[in-house]
Amino acid sequence: MAAAGTIRIGAGSSFADDRIEPAVELAEHGALDWLVFECLAERTVARENQTRRKDPDRGYTPRLLDRLGAVLPACLRGDVRIVSNMGAAHPQAAARLVRRHARETGLGEVSCATLLGDDVTELVRARPGLPLMESGEPVESLLPRMVSANAYLGADAVCRALATGARVVLTGRVADPSLFLAPMMHAYGWRDDDWPRLAAGTLVGHLLECGAQVCGGCFGEPGVKDVPDLARLGFPFADVDAAGGFSVSKLARAGGRVDRATVLEQLLYELHDPAAYVTPDCVLDVTEVELRELGPDRVGLSGARGRPRTDTYKVTVGYDDGYIGIGEVSFAGINAVPRARWAAEVVQQRLADRGLRYSETRVDLIGLSSLHGAGEGRPEPYEVRMRLACRASDRGAAEAVGFETRAMHVNGPGGAGGGADPVVREVLAVKSLLLPRALVDPHVRVETA
Amino acid sequence: MIRVHDLGHGRAGDKGDTSNISVIAYDAHGWALLREHLTEARVMQAFAHLARGPVTRYELPRLMALNFVIEGALGGGVTRSLAQDAHGKSLSSLMMTIELPVDGATRG
Repeated sequence: MAAAGTIRIGAGSSFADDRIEPAVELAEHGALDWLVFECLAERTVARENQTRRKDPDRGYTPRLLDRLGAVLPACLRGDVRIVSNMGAAHPQAAARLVRRHARETGLGEVSCATLLGDDVTELVRARPGLPLMESGEPVESLLPRMVSANAYLGADAVCRALATGARVVLTGRVADPSLFLAPMMHAYGWRDDDWPRLAAGTLVGHLLECGAQVCGGCFGEPGVKDVPDLARLGFPFADVDAAGGFSVSKLARAGGRVDRATVLEQLLYELHDPAAYVTPDCVLDVTEVELRELGPDRVGLSGARGRPRTDTYKVTVGYDDGYIGIGEVSFAGINAVPRARWAAEVVQQRLADRGLRYSETRVDLIGLSSLHGAGEGRPEPYEVRMRLACRASDRGAAEAVGFETRAMHVNGPGGAGGGADPVVREVLAVKSLLLPRALVDPHVRVETA
Repeated sequence: MIRVHDLGHGRAGDKGDTSNISVIAYDAHGWALLREHLTEARVMQAFAHLARGPVTRYELPRLMALNFVIEGALGGGVTRSLAQDAHGKSLSSLMMTIELPVDGATRG
């Protein structure tokens, strides 16, 4: 149980394809007040925007019902409120689906509110001079290929959705930590300029937003960094008091570990300047943070500092960026590496002879140099898998990459085996820009359908 | 020589075309060695064949940790990279292999 005077917030997911059982375990056994699901990677909204264009009733995270359907009974029973960005490009359709599912499964009427207004596509289209954060160049050249533009809304906007009292709040693009900060602001009435508390709550969100990573996921190494019962790795929760004091923990029944080492790796995860982590809610400084191991699998943190939020929203612009074609084939034994290199040359020659053009080509020898590049003096492995990836502006050229690679079985060097089915990836790339806050209009709808 | 792996642990994260990799010391002795020897230049040297750079190092003495921000490390960015590990999740393992000019016997 959460101690008196605290609220307990659990993490239900950390990406669109995360495991489902740990969230159910938390919903059923966690004595939670809130369960927060973070499911949107950088390009996910762009992809769901494309889905919505094809089908106006879709555009939410595809696994929405798999995930929420699994936890809804326990959350309704235990009075656990749900917050999630699984609304993606269409929070209202997501809310309607959840409500219909609840009615059809005998759970009755489930109140759902949605947060809208993160879609700033037209605002960006009307301002071609906005500079991209990556290059400083104007966004103009991307506009003809733009699929979506979404502002990372903050906890203040999510709070307005929570204020409706809805059991389930579904949003589109919201900064990940803000999804977690909002329930604290709502429960304790923290003002949106209470920088010390917003900093503490943002740190809670930062530690929880990657789910199992603070519990020993993306961490272990046998004999060096052991993780107990990794197969049943649990998701974390935080107990937060009204002053912003908090600790992070996991259920005793769940696998994993929460201690100084796991918390520190997550604390620094995807931070750049640790004195200036910019969210829509504040600028967080973790350089004075202190950790205390309070008990088994429980770590308390203090010392988060906050400075005022900036007057802009970060916007992710998704755009069509052609295709990637991928082929793979394997070699083993004596001279496996030279045969793999030969195959790569032959496939590229055949693609060129067919008149196909690629703006970028990458040859990897999996087992030797695919992850960390061609290191000098590495011993040759017994077996190696040749992977060829090429960027093309048209689908046909991308398809040919895997086609010609698989043909190595019969038309290549000796002993080419295990050719992969050709892969073609439609590329949705993203770039970022900053948009003045005053232009953006976050607003809340209570779903009635 | 001593490896970063002997002194600390860490994790890699991604934002666009930039990788950030933490290195967290196991103890004060390791922290002192990492702080002295695991410089921006040493990390850039280890990642030179993969990343354009620059490398920026942030120090967190209270946590005995370093945070390295390596630009141009992810093949143009997670969403468009041709790489197998587009997120660069495995790059922390490369950081751990870096050898520092320290007598291994002095490990505390």
